[in-house]
Amino acid sequence: MTTSPVVEMRDITVGFPGVKALDGVGFRLLPGEVHALMGENGAGKSTLIKALTGVYGIDGGTIRVRGEERVFASPGAAQEAGIATVYQEVNLCPNLTVAENILLGREPRRLGRVDRRAVRRRAAELLARLNLAVDPDSVLGGHPLAVQQLVAIARAVDLDAAVLILDEPTSSLDADEVGELFRVIRDIRDAGVAVLFVSHFLDQVYAIADRVTILRNGKLVGEYPLAELSRLEMVKKMVGQELAALTDLERQPPTDIAELPDTPVLAATGLGRTGAIAPVDLAVHPGEVLGLAGLLGSGRTELARLLFGADHADSGTVAVDDRPTRLRTPIDAIAARIAFCSEDRKGEGLVGELTVRDNIVLALQARRGWARRLPRRTTDELVAKWITALDIRPTDPDVLIRNLSGGNQQKVLLARWLITEPRLLILDEPTRGIDIGAKTQIQRLVVDLAVDGMAVLFISAELEEVLRLSDRVAVLRDRHKVAELPRAEASMGQVMELIARGGSDVA
Amino acid sequence: MSPEVWRRFTASSLFWPVVALVALLVFDAVAVPGFFALRIQDGHLYGSLVDILKNGAPTAIIALGMTLVIATRGIDLSVGATVAISAAVACGWIAAAPDPTSASAAIVGMLLALGLAVVLGLWNGFLVAVLGIQPIIATLVLMTAGRGIAQLITDGQIITVANPLYAQLGGGFLLGLPVSVVLAAVLFALVGAVTRRTALGMLIEAVGINPTAARLAGIRARGITVAVYVFVAVCACLAGLMISSNVTAADANNAGLWIELDAILAVVIGGTLLTGGRYSVIGTLVGALVLQTLTTTVYTAGIPPEVTLVFKALVIIAVCLLQSPKTRALLRRTRPAPVREAVAAS
Repeated sequence: MTTSPVVEMRDITVGFPGVKALDGVGFRLLPGEVHALMGENGAGKSTLIKALTGVYGIDGGTIRVRGEERVFASPGAAQEAGIATVYQEVNLCPNLTVAENILLGREPRRLGRVDRRAVRRRAAELLARLNLAVDPDSVLGGHPLAVQQLVAIARAVDLDAAVLILDEPTSSLDADEVGELFRVIRDIRDAGVAVLFVSHFLDQVYAIADRVTILRNGKLVGEYPLAELSRLEMVKKMVGQELAALTDLERQPPTDIAELPDTPVLAATGLGRTGAIAPVDLAVHPGEVLGLAGLLGSGRTELARLLFGADHADSGTVAVDDRPTRLRTPIDAIAARIAFCSEDRKGEGLVGELTVRDNIVLALQARRGWARRLPRRTTDELVAKWITALDIRPTDPDVLIRNLSGGNQQKVLLARWLITEPRLLILDEPTRGIDIGAKTQIQRLVVDLAVDGMAVLFISAELEEVLRLSDRVAVLRDRHKVAELPRAEASMGQVMELIARGGSDVA
Repeated sequence: MSPEVWRRFTASSLFWPVVALVALLVFDAVAVPGFFALRIQDGHLYGSLVDILKNGAPTAIIALGMTLVIATRGIDLSVGATVAISAAVACGWIAAAPDPTSASAAIVGMLLALGLAVVLGLWNGFLVAVLGIQPIIATLVLMTAGRGIAQLITDGQIITVANPLYAQLGGGFLLGLPVSVVLAAVLFALVGAVTRRTALGMLIEAVGINPTAARLAGIRARGITVAVYVFVAVCACLAGLMISSNVTAADANNAGLWIELDAILAVVIGGTLLTGGRYSVIGTLVGALVLQTLTTTVYTAGIPPEVTLVFKALVIIAVCLLQSPKTRALLRRTRPAPVREAVAAS
């Protein structure tokens, strides 16, 4: 290509205590392109962006912006040099108006005072330029996240950015909103701006990006025009392993409903909680994966929380091994050997400032009580065993868990529960927001656990994943269970129809 | 010390508090002749250093309890009030006993005070863990009401006692050292051992770092929270007994006044964050010693005692600045080690 890169990074190395996050990585960004940055969690995507924008210092290598060697001391300095970043979480002021947010910090002034009319006029011009139908006088916080994100982009564009970095901008948007975002991105690209786009969604990358740079384990895999790279090849390059793993999962169901042991591990009868989930009958047997399908807000998480005693049920009963059991608190559920991985990894799972070791033994230690500490040798053996078994990286158990990537954090949380040898494992969105490699490993693990006789309740927003893993699928809609299908009868189309319209047995 | 050990020591949160303590002691050694002199009289150890330990013991003991409370994301402002109530109960009982000099009167008085402290701790724990009131507000209740309760017990009088056994607690000697120093040392060793040899320390930290995750992992977070408030109340009670024994009187107005702030300071100087989570018992001990050495230094250097607070403020500012990752990075002239950032995530 003849155009000279607007950003050129060479031999970038960034190290953290115990981790080499980037190792001699090169990266080029051309004007007027949308460039995707791909890689598993922990590949170094965020670190690369943070090195470019001055959030992290670099230990080695050079960064050139428009041919000039630069090292930014802070994100502010990078912004002044024309590198604007829009993060996944919108970093704006929700209580100010759209116009104020767009021009915050550089409002047009008149006689020393902010010229409100000029602020509004300039913001309106800018929004019109991006074809955004947003009232500049409306308060930002009143808009959906998608609009807030577009406003953040408008703000970046107004900075006359030469480079616009979008870090997972689509993770909380629906399809229409993504379309709108892409339209704006294309406009910006056609105006000559270099757009760096980070996303987990392959479809979106192929829809919007021109070229892609792939990282793996902190190293550069390569830079490719997207037109010349098939999806399978891209995934292979990201994962660095044959995709066989994904297809292998197509196992024959080891269990027919008829063959299931008579006694379910857990049976709920009329279990419900006002405002959360209408009374539900549900049974999970040893050795089966029961999938919960439904949209966000259909009551799938709420049901899982009732089964774990995280919330109080106000109707219904639960039997464990045919014995009536009251699950008033997680402690009750754990005593009945039920385990629960929350969908909110950070808020309800990780204890960020404790080490990987402490996080792994936490639930087991809690069950033993404070006075009976696990002997150090037992702890080390168990922790080493699960770090190997789940391929947790880095392998050092003394690293703080907050320093791990999302996929590895999820594996630590799984280890925390598996170490307690549960009979029922409830997994709420265990693969959300993690890379394909870890996702495949976790899916395989679920299947293996069920084969070994564990009962698994598997919840995921990805219908395909639920159908692939489950022996039976319970479909939820509007906080009601609308159907329960054996795997053989649960086709994608049928389940989607149930989710959309509801079955005949809706209460 | 090998270079590796030295590097780890300078990087630890204990480094600057220890430096502050050593600096104060060096200053004393130069400015006050005979500061380090120790003499043995009747088998008892005397000297400025012993005074520091003895006078610092009550604050150190309360700071010990406060460390665990702060580790659970809490705080207890009512310890000063508990000091006053405990002193009032014990002295009130002893003074009203048929024989105010008897050992039994002293023992029952102390047990009564301890029992009441447990009740006060349960009350704070109940407000925080069961009703879910913010700790600073919940313990403010007892902080304000507590001195009134102490006044009721003493009937507004300063109760003086002359009980030989009771006097031992604040003024006696054991193994050549003041009883209060021995008691404080035993408590620190005990808490250090119990929290680290058992899993209690880890569970307390987990509750402080992420209460929701702790609950979902099956930790009895409520029980732990109540327990630390009871423990700090018992610590405050012991401190109250020491203070009143030392002056052989219970003063409901002034016993333990503002001691909660000194205790919190000692914890913070020792490197435990007010946001909860990781804590350091040794850090708290060093913090308490820094505070007391400072106070003693100001006295012995002939500076008017009213100025002590200003010096305390200066030390606090210095220590807090030195502990902040930013200042440390500046001092080492390297980029900030992003230990607290989410690192390899992408």
